[in-house]
Amino acid sequence: MRILTMVGSYLALLALTVLFLSPLIWMLSTAFKTNQEATSIVPTWIPQEFSREGFDAILTRSEQTPVFRWFLNSLIAAVAQATIVVATSAMAAYALARLEFRGKRVLTAMILSTLFIPAIIFLTPTYLILDQLRWIDSLLAVIFPGAAGAIGVFLLRQFFLSIPKELEEAAVLDNAGPWKIFFRIILPLSKPALATLFLLAFLTNWNDFLLPLAVLISPENLTLPPGLGLLQGSYTTSYEIIMAGAVVATVPALLLFVLAQRFIIEGVASTGIKG
Amino acid sequence: MAAAGPTSAEQAGGGRPLPPLSRASRARIPRGVTHGALVPYLLLAPYLLLFTVFVLTPAVFGFWVSLHDWDFLLEGKPFVGFQNYVDLFTPGTVSSEPFWQAMKATAIFTVLSVPLLLILPLGVALILNQKFPGRNFFRAVYFAPYVLGVAVIGVLWTFLLDPNIGFVNFYLEKIPGVPENIAWTTSLPWAWIALVGVTVWWTLGYNAVIYLAGLQDIPRELYEAAKVDNAGRWARFRHVTLPGLRPVLVFIVTITILASANMFGQALLITQGAPGNETRTAIMLIFQEGLQSFRMGSAAAMSFVLAFFLLVISLVNFAVFRERKPRV
Repeated sequence: MRILTMVGSYLALLALTVLFLSPLIWMLSTAFKTNQEATSIVPTWIPQEFSREGFDAILTRSEQTPVFRWFLNSLIAAVAQATIVVATSAMAAYALARLEFRGKRVLTAMILSTLFIPAIIFLTPTYLILDQLRWIDSLLAVIFPGAAGAIGVFLLRQFFLSIPKELEEAAVLDNAGPWKIFFRIILPLSKPALATLFLLAFLTNWNDFLLPLAVLISPENLTLPPGLGLLQGSYTTSYEIIMAGAVVATVPALLLFVLAQRFIIEGVASTGIKG
Repeated sequence: MAAAGPTSAEQAGGGRPLPPLSRASRARIPRGVTHGALVPYLLLAPYLLLFTVFVLTPAVFGFWVSLHDWDFLLEGKPFVGFQNYVDLFTPGTVSSEPFWQAMKATAIFTVLSVPLLLILPLGVALILNQKFPGRNFFRAVYFAPYVLGVAVIGVLWTFLLDPNIGFVNFYLEKIPGVPENIAWTTSLPWAWIALVGVTVWWTLGYNAVIYLAGLQDIPRELYEAAKVDNAGRWARFRHVTLPGLRPVLVFIVTITILASANMFGQALLITQGAPGNETRTAIMLIFQEGLQSFRMGSAAAMSFVLAFFLLVISLVNFAVFRERKPRV
């Protein structure tokens, strides 16, 4: 019986693997096809004729759809937002986890309670605020608003609370002040948690679709997600071009995933356990 | 206040030397880091600045906007009290018909997708919860689509679901009994099946990973004890696995319902709300109303009504899944 369930399980897992990987392989393969082969009725998994048409189109015909400009925008925005999230959340979480001050309980409750506010109510007013700041159509509009979310503070606070107090007490007896403790003890101990938060924040910003669609307007200022929408609208059936664009958007995320898979998956899992 | 005490004077005083603490006074210092009164506020300031500008202010401002006939393009934005909300609940007004149509679409999608997204990932997690070679590889493969983001998924599946040149129809048609040339993105019920299918493909791995972590938290001893009591597979599942998963279940049920209710990217990219406006979800409508038609007062009111429903659902979730205290 054991063998049967094992074989059955493996078969199920393999079938699922085919289901999950085949669209991605198709995407990669189509990016290298000629337009004729990409739009042919009979699907081919390996291009019969390797072609750079798709990539050439997004490189050369790029006034309307500057894909590499989008790539740069996305990269700058994601790195910037992830950095801001980690820096501000770590400091705030440390204060909430380890320091005492008036209003701490109320403040903690207020910040954490915003995790429950449905995001949609922020869309219209955020647009208006960004408009007042003259940030519409600028990368600033996709860097700062998302960095204010409470999830980073929540996760890091949980993490800091779990660091044994003895480590800090030893430093306190050595007359170390809070800044020293924060930078010399807490942060080095938190490297995995900080790295995970950085990765998750990076991915969240990289893949964000609704906000950039709302606040970025000129084609050259878009990030990859709304850009891909524009690409699809511009090229409708030239799928070798659209898939080439999708590959450009996919590669960094997949690369990050392959390299830091452990961090990312375990980061996601831990939000579920703590949530 | 724990910070009050001999050492805070030392730090706030700018380094003026004080006599070393005697054993007696050290014993009176409460545990924990002592610090100047300003330090916590300095640490919190950057985050709180962002938080105030981009969380607190929009939340309040959004409600304020919803109380006005706020057209972004017009000069005057007259205060109208709760009229926007009343209009949404009055049949026949300009805003109520599209709104409830969109809410219905959202409800259909949520009802179709959530059960699949609760059950299938659990099944996958149960299989993955055993130690066998390659398990991490499979886990990564199933999770990978989530990492790609909705835009890539949207354009990819628009292509795959193309009735003529996408491979979905090509392979489906080989199965006897399946209708030919299914118009996945332009006809019902296929559009719903497509949207639900794509969403399950996209996020199954995400839920499975969280389930897996929850399963791994269940102590093996409980299963051993159940086996000693001659409990079969199904009984072990019902009495050990499910209760053990309770905390994770609350989380997964809540985020899955919220994610489905907030579905936007797939509908925009794959069906564009078609046919007609049948698959136009609430978020899509609010986006169009507020940022394309620029009727922001109405859009804001819609978002608060939607938010209200979502909050109610979350609360019901928590109530259903709360730990039941055993009767003594």
